[in-house]
Parts: sequence; structure tokens; C-alpha cells
Amino acid sequence: MTSNALTPGIVSGRLPAEDLVENFSDLHPPLDDHEALVAADRCYFCHDAPCMTACPTDIDIPLFIRQIATGTPDAAAKTILEQNILGGMCARVCPTETLCEQVCVRETAEGKPVEIGNLQRYATDTLMASGVHPFTRAAATGKKVAVVGAGPAGLSCAHRLASKGHDVTIYDARAKSGGLNEFGIAAYKSVDNFAEKEVDWLLQIGGITVEHGKGLGAGLSLEKLKADYDAVFLGIGLAGVNALNVDGEDKDGVLDAVDFIAELRQADDLSQVAIGRDVVVIGGGMTAVDAAVQAKLLGALNVSLVYRRGKDRMNASAFEQELAATKGVRIITNASPKAVIGNGAVQEIEFEYTDDDLQATGQTVRLAADQVFKAIGQQLGGDDLPAVERGKITVSGAGRTSMAGVWAGGDCASGGDDLTVTAVAEGRDAAEDIHAALSA
Amino acid sequence: MADLTSEFIGIKSPNPFWLASAPPTDKEYNVRRAFEAGWGGVVWKTLGSEGPPVVNVNGPRYGAIWGADRRLLGLNNIELITDRPLETNLREIKSVKRDYPDRAVIISLMVPCDEESWREILYRIEDTGADGVELNFGCPHGMAERGMGSAVGQVPEYIEMVTSWVKQYSKMPCIVKLTPNITDVRKPAEAALRGGADAVSLINTINSITSVDLDDFAPEPTIDGKGTHGGYCGPAVKPIALNMVAEIARSPETANLPISGIGGVTTWRDAAEFMALGAGNVQVCTAAMTYGFKVVQEMISGLSDYMDRKGMTSTSELVGRAVPNVTDWQYLNLNYVTKAKIDQDACISCGRCFAACEDTSHQAIEMSEDRVFTVKDDECVACNLCVNVCPIENCITMEQVAAGQLDERTGEKVPEEYGNWTQHPNNPSNFEAAE
Repeated sequence: MTSNALTPGIVSGRLPAEDLVENFSDLHPPLDDHEALVAADRCYFCHDAPCMTACPTDIDIPLFIRQIATGTPDAAAKTILEQNILGGMCARVCPTETLCEQVCVRETAEGKPVEIGNLQRYATDTLMASGVHPFTRAAATGKKVAVVGAGPAGLSCAHRLASKGHDVTIYDARAKSGGLNEFGIAAYKSVDNFAEKEVDWLLQIGGITVEHGKGLGAGLSLEKLKADYDAVFLGIGLAGVNALNVDGEDKDGVLDAVDFIAELRQADDLSQVAIGRDVVVIGGGMTAVDAAVQAKLLGALNVSLVYRRGKDRMNASAFEQELAATKGVRIITNASPKAVIGNGAVQEIEFEYTDDDLQATGQTVRLAADQVFKAIGQQLGGDDLPAVERGKITVSGAGRTSMAGVWAGGDCASGGDDLTVTAVAEGRDAAEDIHAALSA
Repeated sequence: MADLTSEFIGIKSPNPFWLASAPPTDKEYNVRRAFEAGWGGVVWKTLGSEGPPVVNVNGPRYGAIWGADRRLLGLNNIELITDRPLETNLREIKSVKRDYPDRAVIISLMVPCDEESWREILYRIEDTGADGVELNFGCPHGMAERGMGSAVGQVPEYIEMVTSWVKQYSKMPCIVKLTPNITDVRKPAEAALRGGADAVSLINTINSITSVDLDDFAPEPTIDGKGTHGGYCGPAVKPIALNMVAEIARSPETANLPISGIGGVTTWRDAAEFMALGAGNVQVCTAAMTYGFKVVQEMISGLSDYMDRKGMTSTSELVGRAVPNVTDWQYLNLNYVTKAKIDQDACISCGRCFAACEDTSHQAIEMSEDRVFTVKDDECVACNLCVNVCPIENCITMEQVAAGQLDERTGEKVPEEYGNWTQHPNNPSNFEAAE
């Protein structure tokens, strides 16, 4: 090993291999059989359960937990997957602390909710480990649907359409399917190549063809798709990245956080992933936390996450903020970037203190930085899209856009939080609407 | 700390907690550990006749059912009486009693149903120093097939006959242990009394199959693909045992017959309940088999604290206190009206009361959009199901509607006076009188 935490600049191999393995292991190790039974026994099987209401995909949580408790995890998995075909990934990445587990009555009673996320993972992992795909296709309808984007929304939509007997072609500009599940989530939330395995498992239903390297404006046009298919679903996410718009942004070492996260996820050998000694992440959402925590786990000496407003305005959940703090990330709030300083490569970044309304104070601070990750939001990309409002494709009902025959869901579409689970729900519901339209 | 000293049919023990005749009392080693832990007495595991001892199965001998978190709720067993030589047991009993003279040591007996067998065994145990005998007329498996155990206990005439032999050939206090595998437990109790028994103990275990292996299609515990019914015990049987104890305690024929209460005693509270229903002391097995002998220490402290709170200085003040309040259904006051009330501060909004009431009962609970649950007094019949299914203790309570107040369900005022079924106009036996 030639470098360590003190080595200046952006270098790889700051930590020994065994430390990297430990750092990037499963954030929440899976429950074993005994732990799952103990956890399942805590569920009260509530009437019209609050957890179900809080779940964007309306999973019948009390039922699946009861199925685990009675020794039928495969049945539990089916209960989950009927509502949420990406229930395995959602079990890993859902902010359960602000969804199902937040409203669990045992949170009310004892301040300790039933471990719904972990139990969901137990059930779905058990089923997927057995190699079983529990769904079959209805008789072929002869209808063809194009799905653009192989992320959570597109995959969910495609699976539901395939199950109805339609033939689906998924197009994705990247070389691999999965969207943000594959490229945009911290490695410790999806270990052992889970995103890819989940896609392979999902496709076992049949009737879905995936074509990579094709996206809108990259070999595909919406007009052509509309002409060639009976319906089109857009699950294209937010491909563009917002710029800082400050002096020096183009200096070496200033990068998009999403690219760093993707590079890290795709890396075969984490000791080859380069990271700065003094890393500054700008932003306050999940992406910022994922980038900052992983920078620290790769061995950066100092990692600061800088957000322009106060802590309670951060999009990252309290759990994510705590995770970052626990891993040694310094969270600085109420500071807006003013300039990137350096001779060719970034050396420092200057911030101005700002209040929650972003009123400048005139007081500045500089942080040493040999690497800066921008995580201040993504934006919709592409031309000739259906009507767009406030940066998202306008949808009504179950994902209907302004264009006849074109549906949209996930991060690219209006409404709902930008969460995996929300994308799955929107893709599923759009598929049902498409099916209804095609059956009419 | 209240004095827990107990005297049961003349047998003294420092507390009313005895270990029942069962695996925990099969050996000197166990019994010494039990006495060190604080048990007031033991009923030694049942002895049989002289000669080759019985043999037990060599596969599993216990089956079980569990509640949440694998709490053991019920246990059954197909173990027989002691499978150790009579001489060994007698020597050990003598040794233990010598070293623990303040503890009660009772010998459980089961020999063939003939006078000579009983005379012989009573003679053999004479110089052990034991405080009394318990006649095992309850064991429902294995021994019953050989004409002993519950095969005797199910025939009142046999109970009376054997008991009288025991009283004839021994000066020891005699407890007759009753089987619950009968229709009316008062009959064997009366037979024991007629035979001269000093006390009865109940209940012995209940015929049971705890579960079925759904791969091998055999009852559990399974021995080489087959299973047999075993004797059921543990917390699950407590309600059955309490009722049987109460039936004997409140029956005029047996009201003065001392009772040693057995059946699922797990905590001080269980023991106190048995005693309030007429048991002079209690015997415990499953709780010790589940948690070890140390459980008695909670029973001792708990009962003592309770008696202090109640101002009781002797266990005899507790024994039988609830018996006068056990009555027949026909004498229950039909003019006593209660309504369920939900404490909104305690409620965690699980909605189980709603599901239970709406789906299976009287549609007397209202659920609001924001999950507030309230009782509809005009529908509530006070069945208590909501109280029973609520996971939060004391969240739902039954509140009495005072006499003179309106019962919104009937639209009538709650009567001032007591009124039971025998007096009710709907009772067919009252028709004639009215005409």
C-alpha cells in the first residue's frame, strides 16, 4: 500500500483491503431465521394497519409478517411482491423510519417499531434465494408496450404489463439495468450485486426484452415509439445534474456525486477507487449523504457535508444524518458555495453563511478540498417530452401524460417523493392503467 | 414481609409452594437443589411396587405449545412413574428429609389396584421420615393402560377403596391426586373423602396431543413415527384447574376437604388465585421445568408483598376468600351493567378492538378517519372481548353504569335492585307462576 489517509490529492488505496471489506459490508445484516421469528412475533396484526397506509406500495404488512411468524416466508414474499415487485430492494433502501416503521403502533407504545424493513428483506431474500419466481403471465394479448428506462419505475411497470400478457421492450441508455438501484445507491445498502440479481429474477416472468444503450435522443424518439408500440411508459428518471454556478466550478476535482456513487458501485475493486484526502460534499439529500459516507469509508481524512440551509431542512432523513455523523462525516449547515479556489485543481472552496431563507450574511469560510462532490439535485433531461411542469413530466391519474398513449412514472414524473418505493408504485399503477386502456 | 408458613393437613412447610410429583422431584440431587432454592416442600416422583422398575421411552417424552416469542404455554409428557429402583428412592428420601426437616416431603404412590400391593408399599416407606403420601390416581398415559393412575381415578369406587386401604395401613396424612379426565370432578373428590382422604390435590395432567408433525403425519412427541396422548400441563391448563378446584371448594359435600392446588402455577399471582379459590397450598412443576428452581423466589416475594398489601398475616387468611363468590350462572346479577371505555391516552391505535367487535361481536366500536377508537354505548353489551384483545394493559376498562342511570343500549334505566335469571320474566319456569 503506497497511500494512506494523510496522502494529499485524489488517490486510491487509502485503506487496507480488509478495512474496505468491513466498511462496505451490509449496513443492516440480514435477519437469521430465529431473529425473524422474534421480530415477527412483535407485530400486533393491526386492523387497517397504519404501516400499510404509510407504504407507498400498500404492502399488506401485517399479513406478510404473520406469514413469516407461521413459518411460511415464501408466502410472505408473495404478499410483498404482489404489491411491490422490487420489494427486495425496497427492504434495503426504503427510509422505513419515515414510512411504515414511523407509524408502527409499537413505536407509539414502546418507541421501538416492528422491524418491518428487515422482515421484508428476510421474506424476499428467502424466496429469491430459492430461485423461484412466483408469478406467471396471462395469455398473450398481442399488444406491445415500450418502457423507457430500466429503473425502479420502468421495471415495475414492465413486470406488471408482462404479467397481464403484454409484450414489453425496455430501453435503457446505460449498459446495465436497474437505474438508481444499480448506479445511485450507496454500496453498503445493496451488497453482493443485489440490484443486478433482482433484475434477473424479475425478468424471469418472461415477455420482457431489454435493450441497452438506447434512450430518448440516443437512438430513440418518442414519436417513433408511439408509432411502433401500443403504449409507451417513460421511467427516465432525472438524468441531468444541477450545477453550482460558482466561479471555479470547472476545476479538476469538482465532480458530480452521482458519478462518484455510480463509479464506486460498478468498481470491482474498491482499493482502485480514488478519493481525496479532504472531501467536501455539497448538498443535503440522500445522494449527498451516500457520497459523503462512502468517501469516508474509502479512507478520506476529512469529509464535510455542506448544506445551505438548516439541519431540519435537509432532505436526508434523521437516520441518514445520524449515519453520516456516526461514520465521521462533519455536517456543516447554513453555508452556500461561493467559489472554487485552486490552480487547475481545486484546493479550497469558499462558502458564505446563509440563513434558512438563503439570506447572505457576508461572512465567509474556506474549507480545504482536493475533491468536491456536487449533490444539489438532478434535473429532467430530453427534448420532445410530454408537457413538463416545474421540472417534471406532468401526470394525472395513474401516470397519464399530456400525450395520448404515453405514461410516465418515477422521479421524472410529477407527484410523490423521489423514492424507489414511490417509483415502483407509480410504475405498477401506470401498468394497470395501460392494461385497462389496451383492454378497452 | 408476611409470614408464609404453611400448615396443610398437619404438614408444616416454610411456604405454600411445593414441587409436584414429576421429573423435578425424581432424585435426591434435584430435590436438594430445590430446597436450596427455597421450595417449601416436594411431592416425590411417584414410586411403584418393589421389583423391576418401569421403563420409559427413549425418544422424546415431551411435547409443547408456545405463545409469542416461544414462550412455553403448555407442555405434555409421556413419562411414566419413577424408573429408578424403589430402594434407591427410599434411601434418598430418607437422606433428604433428615437434612431438611423443616421442609415437607410427600411420597407419591402408584401400585396395582389390590390391597396387598398397597399394604406392602406403605410398609416399605414407613421409616423414610416422609410427612405424608399422595395417591397418584391421575396419570393419564402409560400407567392407565396397566389399570393404574387415571384408570383408578376415573372410577370413584376404586378411589374410595384404595384410599381406605391406605388409611387402614398407614398413619401418614393421605392426599388423593385427582385426574381432570372426567366429567364431574366432585365425584372422585367425594369418593376420596368417603375413603378417608385427608386432602385432594388437583389437577393431574390432561389427555392431550400437542401437535402433529405435518411431514411424518404423526402426533408429537413422535417416537419412531408414532405418537400417543400425553398429559398436558403448564399455564394453558390453569383455567381448567382453577374451575375444578373451585367446584370442589364450593360443593357442600366437599367444602371442608383440604385441597392442594395444581395446574399451571407460574407466578405468585397464580398461586394466590388457587389459594383464594380454596387451595391450602399449591404444587408446581412446569414453571420449574421451564425456568429452573429459582422461580420460587418470585413466588415467595410476590405472595408476601401481596399479603402485606392486603394486611394478611397468615396464608390461611387468603385460602378460600374467593369461594363464596363462585356461583352458578343463574344467580349472576342481570341488573349489573357495564360499558367498555377506551383510555385515549393509553391507546396505541392498533385497532384490534375494532376488528374484534366489528367482525365478530356487536359493532360497538367506532373508528374515526384518524384512527381514534371509541365505544358506542348504545351498542356495547359489555362482552369484554375488546379488553381481552387489547395489547395494552388497562387501556380498555369496563365501567359500571350506576343504578338509576340510562343504559343507552336498552333505553332503560339500570335497576336499583339485584335481579337474576331465576327471577327474570323470560325464564320459562316463571311463566306458570305468572299465569
